[in-house]
Amino acid sequence: MPVDENEILVRAHGLRKRYGDFEAVRGVDFEIRRGEAFGFLGANGAGKSTTMRMIGCVSEPSDGALDLFGLDPHTDGPAIRARLGVVPQDNTLDNMLTVFENLTVYAGYFGIKRRTAARRAAELLEFVQLTARSRDKVDDLSGGMQRRLAIARSLINEPDLALLDEPTTGLDPQARHLLWERLFQLKQRGVSIVLTTHYMDEAEQLCDRLVIMDEGRIIASGSPRELIDTHVTKEVVELRYGGLHTTDLADIARTLDGIGSQVEALPDRILVYTDDGDDTTAALEARDVSPTSVLARRATLEDVFLRLTGRALGEDDG
Amino acid sequence: MSVIAYGLFRTRLGPSRAMLSRNWVAMRRAWVLVASGGVESLLFLFAFGFGVGALVGDITLPGGRTISYTAYVAPAILANAAMMGTLLETSINVFAKFKWMKVYDGVLATPMRPWDIALGEVWWALIRGGVYVAMFVIAMGAFGLLESVWSVLAVPAAVFIGLAFSGIGLTLATVFRNWPDFDWMMAIVFAMFLFGGTFTPVESYPGFAQPLVYAMPLYHGIELVRGISLGELGPMMAVNVLYLCALALAGTWIAQRRLAKALYK
Repeated sequence: MPVDENEILVRAHGLRKRYGDFEAVRGVDFEIRRGEAFGFLGANGAGKSTTMRMIGCVSEPSDGALDLFGLDPHTDGPAIRARLGVVPQDNTLDNMLTVFENLTVYAGYFGIKRRTAARRAAELLEFVQLTARSRDKVDDLSGGMQRRLAIARSLINEPDLALLDEPTTGLDPQARHLLWERLFQLKQRGVSIVLTTHYMDEAEQLCDRLVIMDEGRIIASGSPRELIDTHVTKEVVELRYGGLHTTDLADIARTLDGIGSQVEALPDRILVYTDDGDDTTAALEARDVSPTSVLARRATLEDVFLRLTGRALGEDDG
Repeated sequence: MSVIAYGLFRTRLGPSRAMLSRNWVAMRRAWVLVASGGVESLLFLFAFGFGVGALVGDITLPGGRTISYTAYVAPAILANAAMMGTLLETSINVFAKFKWMKVYDGVLATPMRPWDIALGEVWWALIRGGVYVAMFVIAMGAFGLLESVWSVLAVPAAVFIGLAFSGIGLTLATVFRNWPDFDWMMAIVFAMFLFGGTFTPVESYPGFAQPLVYAMPLYHGIELVRGISLGELGPMMAVNVLYLCALALAGTWIAQRRLAKALYK
């Protein structure tokens, strides 16, 4: 099959998912192209995982149109799933099996012949650096290793599209970096990736294109750079006041009118959006607001999220 | 024709074989555990057949024939072994894989469908139950409790019992919410074992109780296996087989529907 860079693998239009009275996904549109890494960024409860389950053909949309590889999930679920590699949020590894068996048995679910399965399993364990643990039971692995095993398992059928639901949530920084490195290599191999995350650094590092979700809706989309350019200023100055509380910070923020292009008070700091960090820092000093610390930095996706939702990414909204 | 039939057979049964092979790989290290289930029914045979049987001596069947009590009870215990082997496998083990270990959540992300999972679990339960039945029939033969060569048919007859209870077990695995629910199941199983015609002919119960016994799946299993191993064949056996098959189909179908509803959310 010739690789067409613009081939669209997933097309969603007006996608909705209702659970009783609660609507988890409220009409989203997106397109995922071959070869790209596409991200769903949002806080917990934003509808990311539900959207992923619908793409994975294990959850039926309540409304809207969804199309994967030109097939309809409603009638061609097994055929679509045969071309997907899924890493669910909770791994769902088989803890009655060894590391190696987790891969070969899973290959069986795809109807892959035993010999092919064993060869691919050995290669994939090498890829995720678990060869030395291949005879161990899953429960004996650390969280990061289990995650890597889940990723290896998702690649056993050589998928056209890999779906990773919060691949690094709950991992320590070292395990996260190892995982990022593997995902980056996966991208270089030409595997199309869809991932959800609530870490903006993860989204910035891995995603070519992403959508920001909030309360079941897509509130912005584009490349990380485009999103930052469109929604926030180039730089942000952070003011921290040790010991002061939300209302105090709001009072101080009000006195900063006219500095930068916008001032925002958060529970723990004040953000001043500006196109020139140095200028703004100088202007702040002139105002004599005496913060404990001042930090001028590049704007990030987190600032985009904050501007769009009024909340920090770390805050849960149920 | 054969090509098409073979193709159809492959598409229907192929995926469920993957579920079967998963169970094989998971349990092959625990084969002692698997075999121990068969030993249990042999203990029953010794206790009731030879212990109680020695006290009771011979009994007269409704048809007028006289046989040893041990020969009367043994087929019922065989039926019970087939029931327990498949029921425990499909209820408790499937429940654990479904609710506890979340094995099926991973499986459904592949081309496998709930129907493939249910069917694969039925095959596996039949194999496990079959091991118990074979162990038991060999023991019966060794103690001279098989009345004719036709008694070998008791093995396939026990498969029908296994099918019926796989279906029931699968449905229970999807209905039960937590482990205490299994105590209820065991209480009902025990009642069936005691009153399903294991130790006395149903005709000896008071009239009002008889319809209850006829509704018990185990009763039909016992009738079938006993009729075959004593060489007393009759048209009612067709009813026994149909009843057991109906339970198997209904149970497996309901179970896969409920799995789909719970997991495709």
